[in-house]
Amino acid sequence: MRAQFVLSEIGVGLRRNLTMTFAVIVSVALSLALFGGSLLMNEQVNSMKGYWYDKANVSIYLCNKTDKANFPSCAKGAVTDEQKKQIKADLEKMPIVQDIQFETTDEAYKHYKEQFGNQPLATVVTADQMQESFRVKLKDPTKYEVISSAFQKRPGVQTVEDQKDTLKSLFNLLKYMNWGALGVMFLMLVVALLLIVNTVRVSAFSRRRETGIMRLVGASSFYIQVPFIAEAAVAGLLGGALACVLLVSGQQFLVNDLLATHIDVIRFIGWSAVLTKLPLILATGLLMPALAAFAALWKYLKV
Amino acid sequence: MIRFDNVSKSYPKQSRPALRDVSLEIEKGEFVFLVGSSGSGKSTFLRLLLREERASHGRVHVLGKDLARLSNWKVPHMRRQLGTVFQDFRLLPNKTVAQNVAFALEVIGKPRGEIRKAVPQVLELVGLGGKEGRMPGELSGGEQQRVAIARAFVNRPMLLIADEPTGNLDPQTSVGIMKLLDRINRTGTTVIMATHDQQIVDQMRKRVIELDQGRLVRDQSRGVYGYQH
Repeated sequence: MRAQFVLSEIGVGLRRNLTMTFAVIVSVALSLALFGGSLLMNEQVNSMKGYWYDKANVSIYLCNKTDKANFPSCAKGAVTDEQKKQIKADLEKMPIVQDIQFETTDEAYKHYKEQFGNQPLATVVTADQMQESFRVKLKDPTKYEVISSAFQKRPGVQTVEDQKDTLKSLFNLLKYMNWGALGVMFLMLVVALLLIVNTVRVSAFSRRRETGIMRLVGASSFYIQVPFIAEAAVAGLLGGALACVLLVSGQQFLVNDLLATHIDVIRFIGWSAVLTKLPLILATGLLMPALAAFAALWKYLKV
Repeated sequence: MIRFDNVSKSYPKQSRPALRDVSLEIEKGEFVFLVGSSGSGKSTFLRLLLREERASHGRVHVLGKDLARLSNWKVPHMRRQLGTVFQDFRLLPNKTVAQNVAFALEVIGKPRGEIRKAVPQVLELVGLGGKEGRMPGELSGGEQQRVAIARAFVNRPMLLIADEPTGNLDPQTSVGIMKLLDRINRTGTTVIMATHDQQIVDQMRKRVIELDQGRLVRDQSRGVYGYQH
């Protein structure tokens, strides 16, 4: 294999199909950037999940005076001190419970004000209308059912709520968005691959005189195909590099400079997560177009 | 060197076979004319030799190899021992004479030193010494065909296949090309030449194989183009 010969052939091919090469580079770059982006998004969601689920409690809301009319479970009126004591004692007996906190109506009111203070409804809500609650932290957050079955029907208990359920729907939304991004990426990838196949065919057609002679004088099919495959691989690698640039600048300008400075609640994934994706993206950018080119040539450049 | 045993070739979607039951043998060092009207099966015959097609029936042996049993990846190596020349020269217009010839060696991975030595040598042999740097477009038809012959011969093939090499040339130029092919033949290379050129065949007095509608109708040593009807 004469490297210089092959390299010059690649150069000639790329220049001859400049517009197509450009289209390949851009579409590979976009699809791989989306690919990397959704990988990172996934990682972000997982890290958030770990963080928030860890903080999520099971809340046992207790009946207050006003609940009598609204909740059948509170038909007997507000919770008594006796009942509260009993619940606390039972919770402490359960091995799965790690930590119990009691939230008074005043505390609940304060939290409510913090969250919804600006909304019109908040101005009519009074501390009386808030429920007292036990905030129970579990050793294994998935065993929520144990608490719920034990306390749901108990007198004085209004509802048992797993905060994780609320978070779950949020994370599910993020997950679906991520799936959507992956779907778009997949379509882009198909477009990129079709473009590559087409480009390679045009390239093979415009060089059919050369390849015809190569076949006649006994060049191996490997030798005949390598310039085309390398051409696609080079274009794909450029696209992959562009995708890496997009991801790195996305991390720098969008996440680090913009989001991270404005949103304190979320801990964003850092550089290491981004940088570890880059080799994968470059490898995909190199190999995928090469395989597509090989498949495209399969029929065209037979011995 | 070459043996056809009851070779038939039919193409899909064509009722009439291109070759029917052809058997013949060509020895090393022979010069053979392949004649016959258009559609008689000459091209198919040559394509079978080059293993561009496979025989439908019968066996084709080239250089001692049964082409039916030759696996695809070995075909390029087999073709390195064959040289091919066409009516339309098939030169690369954007390469010089020397580059065109060198191309044939580059693509089979010959070392550069060997190429540098072989190319001027073969150009000298075909009578193009001093024209290495010319582009094919600047050359006459005869000279272009000489470049094509140089390219076919530069790897010193055992067998040279020429498909109407004088078809695009005037009679005088054709004579020059025939002299060149004769010289190549004298180095021991077997030459098979398909042609319509009656004058050339009659002058050279070499073995003539005639095909008609795919059948071998004449195999004559020191023959002429056709019977006088």
